[in-house]
Amino acid sequence: MDVFSSLMDGFATALTPMNFLYAVIGVLLGTAVGVLPGLGPAMTVALLLPVTYVLEPTSAFIMFAGIYYGGMYGGSTTSILLNTPGESSSVVTAIEGNKMAKAGRAAQALATAAIGSFVAGTIGTALLAVCAPIVVEFAVSLGAPSYFAIMVLALLAVTAVLGSSRLRGFASLGLGLAIGLIGMDSVTGQRRLTFGQPLLADGLDIVVVAVAIFAVGEALWVAAHLRRNPLQIIPVGRPWMGKEDWKRSWKPWLRGTAYGFPFGALPAGGAEIPTFLSYVTEKRLSKHPEEFGKGAIEGVAGPEAANNAAAAGTMTPLLALGLPTNATAAVMLAAFASYGIQPGPLLFANEGPLVWALIASLFIGNFLLLVINLPLAPMWAKILQLPRPYLYAGILFFATLGAYSVNLQVFDLVLLLALGALGFMMRRFGLPVLPLILGVILGPRIEGQLRRTLQLSAGDPAGLFGEPIAIGVYVIIAIILIWPLLFKLWRRNRPATSLPSPNATRGSEPTDVARGSVSHGSHRADGNSDGDG
Amino acid sequence: MTIVVGYVPTPEGEAALTQAIAEARKNNTTLLVINSSKGDALVDNRYAQEPEVQSIEARLATHGIDHVIKQPVRGHDAAAEVLDAAEEHNADLIVIGIRRRTPVGKLIMGSTSQRILLEADCPVLAVKAGMAG
Repeated sequence: MDVFSSLMDGFATALTPMNFLYAVIGVLLGTAVGVLPGLGPAMTVALLLPVTYVLEPTSAFIMFAGIYYGGMYGGSTTSILLNTPGESSSVVTAIEGNKMAKAGRAAQALATAAIGSFVAGTIGTALLAVCAPIVVEFAVSLGAPSYFAIMVLALLAVTAVLGSSRLRGFASLGLGLAIGLIGMDSVTGQRRLTFGQPLLADGLDIVVVAVAIFAVGEALWVAAHLRRNPLQIIPVGRPWMGKEDWKRSWKPWLRGTAYGFPFGALPAGGAEIPTFLSYVTEKRLSKHPEEFGKGAIEGVAGPEAANNAAAAGTMTPLLALGLPTNATAAVMLAAFASYGIQPGPLLFANEGPLVWALIASLFIGNFLLLVINLPLAPMWAKILQLPRPYLYAGILFFATLGAYSVNLQVFDLVLLLALGALGFMMRRFGLPVLPLILGVILGPRIEGQLRRTLQLSAGDPAGLFGEPIAIGVYVIIAIILIWPLLFKLWRRNRPATSLPSPNATRGSEPTDVARGSVSHGSHRADGNSDGDG
Repeated sequence: MTIVVGYVPTPEGEAALTQAIAEARKNNTTLLVINSSKGDALVDNRYAQEPEVQSIEARLATHGIDHVIKQPVRGHDAAAEVLDAAEEHNADLIVIGIRRRTPVGKLIMGSTSQRILLEADCPVLAVKAGMAG
């Protein structure tokens, strides 16, 4: 049992008092930003990046993992008590959760969300511990062409599958790739997109970009829409569940986990699609279908389990392949890079203790979250009463401090403001943030793999198709890109099927519905729900 | 003739409203109910939601009082909103609910009722929770 003994070593590292303290700080921060709509784990990790440069990498990642999981927990509280999703992944939770709260069953809704998250998070983390080494074994055999293909798949899938509009998604991706190009060419040393500005030669620091897009962009957006009619929180006592609730919850928890983990692990997975699939499944399988729409506990249990399992799933490609599938994972990848650690297949071999401590800390974080969320959910909801000017003033302060501290250059502050304005405009026009961040972070890596492939094949593009896995991935990419076209044709040829509601055609469900749930907020929901932050 | 009442969904606010209804009936005047929020937090439990507003509406209607309910969200504090409304409608009376505050609490939070008491241009009737009648 190699995995088991490594994991036990991981626990030993993660349970040292200092690391445990960082885990506690992480889950507390994560829950807080999860509760607050508009703030997410991606932004928080980006803000903390400069602060954590002084820490041991292990401690920093333990904290980041806590923030990531905490965000998933916190989002459900806001969804249930306020009918405003705290995170994009808890949009679905709001549907039944808020109805339950209005019917006086808020305590049960919060309890099933918290316990379901714990169950799913624990199973998901166990799956991560088992799957990651297997994926690594597979990944070691991959060459540059396959890596290139998989990364392209990740970028395109995230852009094309999530979000309300492909055009906006690709516009955002283009912006991200362009920002990623700025700086010195790694092979020839040519300067690209520097406009003669020597300070741009090293490229943009990812901390500056992430903080600007997430924190400054969001702060400007909130400042522009500051006043709105406030809501009231539905008062609730300590969350608890009756026997009947347990009976109705445990199956949705497990089914939600089964949806969440694989979707989280896939590129373009994210947590939105599995939460929705889980909701639809529970609705279909429920013994109380009449309760759906009026506050069915299954509709909270399933999606909440799914989003936490997806969070664990996301860690698999991040650790094993160095492939982020959502914004938080992308920023964590940037964090690995800033510590000089190369995520990917070699990570387990080179940084074994760090990885296993990280995985162990996910178990610990999950447990901590259950402990602080179950009795304290109503208290967490109180931070929603914080006047937002104070909150965002604090965030801007940290953003500025962080951006300046990276290189101690005033120029970075100018960049911060310029990119912050870009982030604001993206929210204004409903451009999703996630493709941009992935473009900035993955762009240079993709380029590296592409250059390596072409060097190996002496500039012959046929080298890109040199590995069977690469060809398989290109086929998948083609399907993703052509799918909407095919679907349209298919519908036109069979007009009868297009008459009933879109739900009648099964194949279209995930995308259609993901869109529906996203667009039912305002523009802002659009821009944000993909951003995860 | 107008009476302005500053309403919040708390026992003090209810007391003020009850007292204001009594005053409005006695003098047969228009009642202006002000329930405001700065609107800068996502959640403000002092801002009445739709069902509460409807129940107040119904309550005033059963008493046959000529009334207006206003819920301004303009970034001003509650005292400013009440004083503005009183000035604008030439109010004869402002009714507010008050509660006990420790000196330290008042120092930190300020006091809406104190500001109304000191700055109003008309008589102010201050009611404590459970004292209305």
